[in-house]
This record gives sequence, C-alpha cells and structure tokens, in this order.
Amino acid sequence: MCCSERCSKMNRFSRLFALLAMAVLAGCGKPEFSDAEKKTIASLALSALPPLKADTTNRFADVPAAAALGATLFFDAGMSGDGKVSCSTCHKIDRQFQDDLPRAVGVGRTNRRTMPLAGVAHDAWFFWDGRRDSLWAQALAPLENPLEQAGNRAAYAHYIKARFGERYERIFGPLPDLSNVPANASPLGGDAEKAAWNAMSGAQAEDVNRVFANIGKAIAAFERSIAPPQTRFDRFAAALDTGIQAPQGDDALSPEEILGLKLFIGKANCVTCHNGPRFTDGGFHNTGVPSVANLPPDRGRIDAVRQVEADPFNCFGAFRDGDAGACGELRFMVKAGPELVRAYKTPSLRGAATRAPYMHAGQFSSLEEVVAHYSKAPASVEGLSEIQPLQLSDRERAALVTFLKTLAE
Amino acid sequence: MASLWRYVLAGVGLAALLAGVLAAVYVTAPQAPRPAGYEMAGSEIARSKETANGLFVASFEPERGVIRQGELQSWLLTLKTNAGTPVEGAAISISGGMPQHRHGLPTSPHATDYLGDGRYRIGGVKFTMSGLWQLHFAISAAAGSDTVVFNVLL
Repeated sequence: MCCSERCSKMNRFSRLFALLAMAVLAGCGKPEFSDAEKKTIASLALSALPPLKADTTNRFADVPAAAALGATLFFDAGMSGDGKVSCSTCHKIDRQFQDDLPRAVGVGRTNRRTMPLAGVAHDAWFFWDGRRDSLWAQALAPLENPLEQAGNRAAYAHYIKARFGERYERIFGPLPDLSNVPANASPLGGDAEKAAWNAMSGAQAEDVNRVFANIGKAIAAFERSIAPPQTRFDRFAAALDTGIQAPQGDDALSPEEILGLKLFIGKANCVTCHNGPRFTDGGFHNTGVPSVANLPPDRGRIDAVRQVEADPFNCFGAFRDGDAGACGELRFMVKAGPELVRAYKTPSLRGAATRAPYMHAGQFSSLEEVVAHYSKAPASVEGLSEIQPLQLSDRERAALVTFLKTLAE
Repeated sequence: MASLWRYVLAGVGLAALLAGVLAAVYVTAPQAPRPAGYEMAGSEIARSKETANGLFVASFEPERGVIRQGELQSWLLTLKTNAGTPVEGAAISISGGMPQHRHGLPTSPHATDYLGDGRYRIGGVKFTMSGLWQLHFAISAAAGSDTVVFNVLL
C-alpha cells in the first residue's frame, strides 16, 4: 500500500519531470535558423547564382578570341588620350577590379567611386546611375570621358588598325578603310574633334562607330569572365543547406557572425535590397547617402535616364546584334518619378569588406560608418530616402560588420 | 488530505514552471522574418477581383504561371464584364510600387498586346525584392473607366 502510493507519487513526479526536461531540451536544441531564414540564406549563396545568360546584343560575348583581345585592350594604356591610362588603371586586377579611392582618377579626377567588376555581366544597368544598358556600351564611355581615358573614337579605330589589326579582323571581319578618317574625331570630344567628326561622311562615321562598338564588345567579352569567388559565407550556406543545423569547422560562423547574418536577413532589412546571390537587387534607390562638399550636384538615376536614351550604342541603336527582344530593360525603363532622384544602384556586398571606401562617391570610409548610416537613416539632401531608422544596438551594428566580412574571406 | 493538497500544490507549481519555460522558449525562439503584408487576408492577394466601381472583373497572373524575382516577365490582365463578356479595346495604364518601402516599380510595365478574349499582355513586370507589391490599373473601355489594385506578395 505504502509502496504503491510512493510509486505512484514518484511516477507522477517523474512524468512532470520528463515534461519539464522536454521543454528545456526543446529550448536548448532549438534550431539556429527558422525555415524561412534558411530559405533566405540559401538564396544568398553563390551556388544560387544562375549561369551567365547569353548576351544576344553582343554576338562576340562568348567568343574566346574576342575575350582575349578584350583582355589585351583592358590592360593597354595605349587605349587612352595620353597613353598612360587603361581600364585597369582604376579597375585593378589585384584589388577586385577597383582602386580603393573615394573617386576614380584617370587622366583627370572623376566624381564617382570605381565599381568592382566581379559578376558585372549579370547586371542589367551599368555605372552607379545606370546610364548605360549593356556591358559593351558601358566599356565605351570611359574611353572618351575626358576625366577617364580621354581618347576619341577615331583615334581608337586608327590605334586598333595599327596595333591589333590582324587580331581584330580574325574576330570581327575586315577593318574599314580609315585612310581618310581624321586622326582625332568624335561627336563627344572637344571643339576640334567635334568639327572633325562633323566633317566626316555618314559612311565614315558609321565605320568608326562600328570599330568602336566592337572594342566595347571585346572588352565586355573579357569582363564576362570575372566571376565572384566563393567565400566563407558560401561554405557556411552550403553546409546549412545539407541540413546541418550548425555547420562545423571551416564551414562554421562565429556566434557574432550568425547574429549579424540574422540581423542582415531580419530586423536590419539589409536583404530587402541586397538580395540574391550577388547581394543586389540590381535596382536604384535613394538611401539618403550624403552629398560630397565641393562636387557638382549629383542627382543619380534621374539624370541617367536621358543619357541612356540618347546613347547611340544603347540596345535600340544600330550596333546591337540580335533582335530588339533583348531590349526589355530599356523598353520598360522607368523614365520619370521622384524616386529616381539621387537613386543609385544597389552595389553587390561580395568582397565589400576589403574595398573601402563606400558609396557612389566614397562618402564612407568604413563599414562601421555605412552601418551607422543605415541605422540612423538621415533624410536625403534631395528626393526621399527609402530607408527608415533601425533600432540597432552597438553590439548589433558590430555584428553586421562582422557578418559582412564573411563575404570577403 | 494534507498530502493530496501537497500534490495539487506541487502540480500547480510545476505547471507554472513549465508554462514559464515554454514562454521563455517561445520568446527567445528565432522569429521567422515575416514577409511584409503577411497579415493580409487571403482575399486581398487574390489574382481575380472586381474593379473598384464594379465595372469589370479583372484577373492578373504571370503569363508563365510562376513569379521569378528579379526578371522581366509578362503578365496577363484579363478583363470581363460582370456578365462575363470579354472587354475589348481597353486603354490600360499601370503604376505601383512597394508601399512599405516608399518606392515605385523598378520598371514601367505596359500593355504590349491584345491576345483576344479580354486578355491583355502586360510586359515589363519585374519584382526585385520580396515583400508586398501593389499594381494599380486604370482601365478605360466602352463601358467606362475604373481602377483596380492587385497585391502581389513575394
């Protein structure tokens, strides 16, 4: 009697204890990430990057000889007005194809930060403000910008013929007769170059433009090969994707990095724009980034719309290969609206931790400053900032920076 | 009797403790990031609805069935009268954006083709991020003008 009473008492206690233990264990063994978080993490992994789509507007995009010529041109300082500047002057191969400067310095000093090139061929729009709509059209702009390579298209055509004539012709077919083309001429140059350009026949201008466009197409073919490398974050994401709750060893992230990752995809809203395997939505946003003293007004996307529409090398232009079906981005481009004012392209965050300074004119010298800006969300100097203040503690801001470093290791 | 009360008291105490532990687990559990607009009723993200003044029944769906984030896609807007007659020759203008992020659409979609049977191809639809998107349609046809808003949740 006594025993059975005690036994049933023990039994009751042990049942309660078991329940309690289960509750406690459920707490300890709780998954590090929810299913929704895991899905987001998987969407950010490099393995989620789709293969590079064919660029039908550039039929040489995947021709190895074109990429090889493009590589030569990319590093050739002869491709400039003063013979001293190449694409690689600012897009430095050992520095993620950027230059660590707040604003790029070519023949002169520009007003914008050099953009890195990893994965650039996945973009729909080029430059910080998207004033070009293809990689090959983008490559042409610095060649004639007086602050960058400061050359002119007639001079480039002569240079290609003299220096790379055979290689060019093996890829693009016969070079035109340039014997009557002035040494220096361009519709975008100084007065003398413009006058020389205007004196040329339509056929001559077309010939020069064709060689010029092909220079861009070769450089673009080369740039398509510049892919973002695997990072610690990608190894972590791959391990997590196999069902491991807490990836171990080399694949592990520290508790602080995990906190940063959770904030990045959660409360801090970073992933709203920095989404997908390249950590960018490819869009343009006003995030209230301050202007730089003593620089001319910079209105971002709103001013770029006219420029890309006016560009004779845009997708609607005569130098596009393939059909106009590839021109959807230009065709359905937003041309007006207050949200374009001081809107700039969302940059990829891959490798960002090791390439300060940040923003379109190098406004912030460290990731800490960047995170502080997004936490505070100040009003924009013009237009309306899309971001809202975040309640982030010092520890949370530091964790975000720590997480961003896993994208550069 | 006394010992029964002891059991009851102990039971209540342990139950309270259990509730406390469960509450703690619940509070500290990672919160799944809810997409913006999560709390919306299912009917509000309906792909088919009456227009604001009841002139038309509109339905809006991706032409290829699935939404692919970050890609230009064609959608189909189908317009019928309440009696089920296809609405032809409609002039359609489209605006929209993400109300929670204070920005508009990343593209400017418009009707590119009439496919017959009240179906209009809307080209250039692109959703660049997850969350709640709104597309506002202003529709003018022989029957009159009306508007409709479709919510798309990614």
